[in-house]
Amino acid sequence: MNTSDKRELICISCPLGCQLSVDVSDGKPVSVSGNQCKRGIVYAESEILNPRRILTTTIRIKGGVVSQLPVRTKEPISKDLMMQAMRELRKYEVNAPVELGEVIVSDLLGTGVDVIASRTVVKAE
Amino acid sequence: MTASVQERDLVVIGGGPAGLAAALAAKEDGIDDVLIIERSDELGGILNQCIHNGFGIHLFEKELTGPEYAERFIKDVMKEQIECLTGTVVTGLSREREITAVGQESGLLKIKAKAVVLAMGCRERTRSAIHIPGDRPAGVFTAGTIQQLINLDGYLPGKTVVILGSGDIGLIMARRLTLEGVKVQGVVEIMSYPGGLNRNIAQCLNDFGIPLYLSHTVVEIRGKERVEGVVVAPVDSRRVPILDRSFYVPCDTIVLSVGLIPENELSRMADVRLSSTTSGAYVDENLQTSVDGIFACGNVLHVHDVVDFVTRESWRAGKNAARFIKSGLPQCGIAVKPGKNVRYVVPHMVSGEQDVEFFLRASRPMGRSVLSIQPGLREVRQRIVKPSEMISVTLSADVIAKAKSSGEIRFELDERGTGQ
Ligand SMILES: Cc1cc2nc3c(=O)[nH]c(=O)nc-3n(C[C@H](O)[C@H](O)[C@H](O)COP(=O)(O)OP(=O)(O)OC[C@H]3O[C@@H](n4cnc5c(N)ncnc54)[C@H](O)[C@@H]3O)c2cc1C
Ligand code: SF4
Repeated sequence: MNTSDKRELICISCPLGCQLSVDVSDGKPVSVSGNQCKRGIVYAESEILNPRRILTTTIRIKGGVVSQLPVRTKEPISKDLMMQAMRELRKYEVNAPVELGEVIVSDLLGTGVDVIASRTVVKAE
Repeated sequence: MTASVQERDLVVIGGGPAGLAAALAAKEDGIDDVLIIERSDELGGILNQCIHNGFGIHLFEKELTGPEYAERFIKDVMKEQIECLTGTVVTGLSREREITAVGQESGLLKIKAKAVVLAMGCRERTRSAIHIPGDRPAGVFTAGTIQQLINLDGYLPGKTVVILGSGDIGLIMARRLTLEGVKVQGVVEIMSYPGGLNRNIAQCLNDFGIPLYLSHTVVEIRGKERVEGVVVAPVDSRRVPILDRSFYVPCDTIVLSVGLIPENELSRMADVRLSSTTSGAYVDENLQTSVDGIFACGNVLHVHDVVDFVTRESWRAGKNAARFIKSGLPQCGIAVKPGKNVRYVVPHMVSGEQDVEFFLRASRPMGRSVLSIQPGLREVRQRIVKPSEMISVTLSADVIAKAKSSGEIRFELDERGTGQ
């Protein structure tokens, strides 16, 4: 059986937020319109096949000038894993100092994606 | 207590992205004596609490988080050995560019500067800026306060939340709260279109199935000690609530995301002329205010939705402050006027002697449009236009110079094909 339909999406790849229209056939994107640059096509295709997002959150940090360390996944992870990833990250606590980009959790939930520090935190004096 | 007056070349008030860029630009142009004064203990401004990604797309072609974006500039400021006084609040500023500041460690300071850059950012509109009848229970916060509580202090404000206003900060916090296990009941917006960017509607609300009630408002807050719920009602075309269609939404916390206003107390003290539309200073193409040697950039000048524009604008402010110190700046005699469907244009005065990047906002959502600039008849095609998305256009000196005889340059938006 051949199923085709149209999906309306908002491209989140930049602040312009283009309204995309995607023709989908058998669960696969066939054509994209409404995009103003190529990234819109890449986004639409991945959004239909496997929607992914960068996850940003905080982890407790001890002995630093701040008490929360902002972190993010180095690459986007599957949208369906967001809540599970949050539960996992709640288990962690790190000690200062931490460098920007330092790996805080490697291979999050077996995705192959690392969680990295998104700022430098020096030790409190 | 009297403090002796220090003399400095350039003082930058505020150490957010605007202040950092202005200081770096002035240093690059040969001003060695630059001082940044920042109220918080850390540089970086509001970016420190904006842990989400989405910064730097234009400048670095990357989606950085707020702290990552800030750190790039903080590192450069360190490398250039620009002096920074953190934990120090500027409390006074005069037309003569005399600054009063108080610091935890530095005590009371008096500084006379050759040039000053205002980069104080903005603050949030609060409940008093809108009017909701009902009790005054605990549990009402602004979106920025919630962001600070969660991201900097690691504290959750409640268990169930209703967000009033669909500005970007509110949308970002809807997602953040949901990820932290808080139930977000919905976002209520009185206008018929969202206040924030499309992408934030998509990735912060739609991703998590959070409802957006457009053309709705909160007509009552219930609860004695703590918020227990809100009454929400649709509004008609004149924004009057239709009470017989109201409904009750239980929640223990209300988050207000009703917009930002430039923080211009200091500008007022120095008699800097302010615009009633932007709530920021009137500036010329050099980002100089109505007071000689006082410059303004970033959110204190007009509220920006994208930090990259803040950096670009502030870079120019720093360059021109350096030029002012070294050789003075030329006069700008052409007035910039917002015309049909344009809420504001910054800068407000131009010379026609150099290329200028203009920032403007539409006064209403429109379809595909044409931006026309008179005289000179330059037409620039726009995609769908929204008040929440700032438009940037750069005009060359010769196009602007055509306005020299009339002394006025006008920006207008027309929907393509409709003439409206
Ligand atoms: C919640 C939120 C989310 C955002 N999300 C995005 C996004 O996803 N992508 C994007 O590109 N942009 C985003 N922005 C916009 C961008 O972050 C801002 O436009 C930018 O940070 C403004 O920079 P600024 O330096 O003008 O102001 P600020 O960052 O506010 O810095 C002003 C600084 O001045 C200091 N100050 C104020 N008064 C005084 C005083 N009297 N004495 C000494 N210091 C003083 C303050 O402490 C502060 O550090 C967001 C903004 C907010 C608020
Ligand atoms: S299609 Fe291109 S221009 Fe449009 S939102 Fe996506 S990235 Fe931005």
